[in-house]
Amino acid sequence: MMNKFALNVVAVAALAVGTGISPTVYSQQAQQKLIAAQSEISFVSRQMGVPVSGNFKKFAAEIVFDPKKPELGKVSFTVDLLSTDMGSPETEKELKGSGWFDSIKIPTATFISTTVKSLGGGRFEFAGKLAIKGISQNIVVPVTLTQANGVTKVVGQFNLKRLDFKIGDGDWNDVSLVANEVIVNVKLALSGVAVL
Amino acid sequence: MNTQQNNAYSAVAKMFHWILAMLIIGAFGVGLYMADLPVSPQRLKLYNWHKWAGVTILALSALRLCWRLYQPAPTLPASVVEWQKRASHAAHIALYILFFAVPVLGWIYSSAAGFPIVWFGVLPLPDLVDKNREFAEFIKPFHGMAAKVLAAVVLLHIVAALKHHFVEHDGVLQRMLPNFMLPKKRV
Repeated sequence: MMNKFALNVVAVAALAVGTGISPTVYSQQAQQKLIAAQSEISFVSRQMGVPVSGNFKKFAAEIVFDPKKPELGKVSFTVDLLSTDMGSPETEKELKGSGWFDSIKIPTATFISTTVKSLGGGRFEFAGKLAIKGISQNIVVPVTLTQANGVTKVVGQFNLKRLDFKIGDGDWNDVSLVANEVIVNVKLALSGVAVL
Repeated sequence: MNTQQNNAYSAVAKMFHWILAMLIIGAFGVGLYMADLPVSPQRLKLYNWHKWAGVTILALSALRLCWRLYQPAPTLPASVVEWQKRASHAAHIALYILFFAVPVLGWIYSSAAGFPIVWFGVLPLPDLVDKNREFAEFIKPFHGMAAKVLAAVVLLHIVAALKHHFVEHDGVLQRMLPNFMLPKKRV
């Protein structure tokens, strides 16, 4: 995938140079990059009414996004479930097990967008497929974009139902103990996004 | 309420005493049992019940202390020797300090470990300290140690009460017994 992606960049650049078109016109197609150090994906789950939060330390994204042409946007997100940080080693060990993420067997969760649309005022909606534990579900992630100093901040939140992905089935399927609803918070920093 | 027995505790004081006795013994037993359990739904339930009991003990102890200040405990019989009066007084002060210290230390540990307490799963309580893994590990043994000191003083308290009843026969134990347990003639 990355090779094909890199080849496209080279091809577009070569084409741009070859035809004398300013490269910036094309660069908007391919240069949106995730600044991982300034990005965060976290979640809040409820255990007997107690909010318990965690976050993923490793994730990556391939992003093609022009705020002026959102319908052409495409996002492919990969989260390393083995990098889950819940502030408690025994909880993290438990999460890797087959009852929860089964992340030893299937270590990544992915989100691949299908449609992107503008809601106006810097707000966008990314619909797509979220796959965890080998189970794929359609989700919609509304986000708000703000820009400063060439960095675009993307902030969004969505809910998922853990049992839709068989997360915590078996012993832990009692939703009065661990709520079915999980809130996922996304805060991303991107470079190379065209001005809103 | 207890004008016939002017050396007995009030009905309110008795109620506080016996409800808290059950809660404290229960929370201590659950606390000892749950600490070494592997992660499971059962452990999650026990931890939360333990925390709910702890916060209830804290709240009831605050009310109880107010009540005791408003209506001081009856004096010990004149037959009790001076050093025992002093020892009893010191033990009761220690009990009251621990009624507060043990739950507060547990609450601090829970906050530091990143698990806010939601009383009975409904009322979210404020965190006493920020989430801090190192501090949580540091404070954890103090909660357990304080609870064991409390258990030791409670044991002393029970032994002393039984000694008053079975050895001294001085009526000290009866002052705290619920009315239904007292011989009819005393009521």
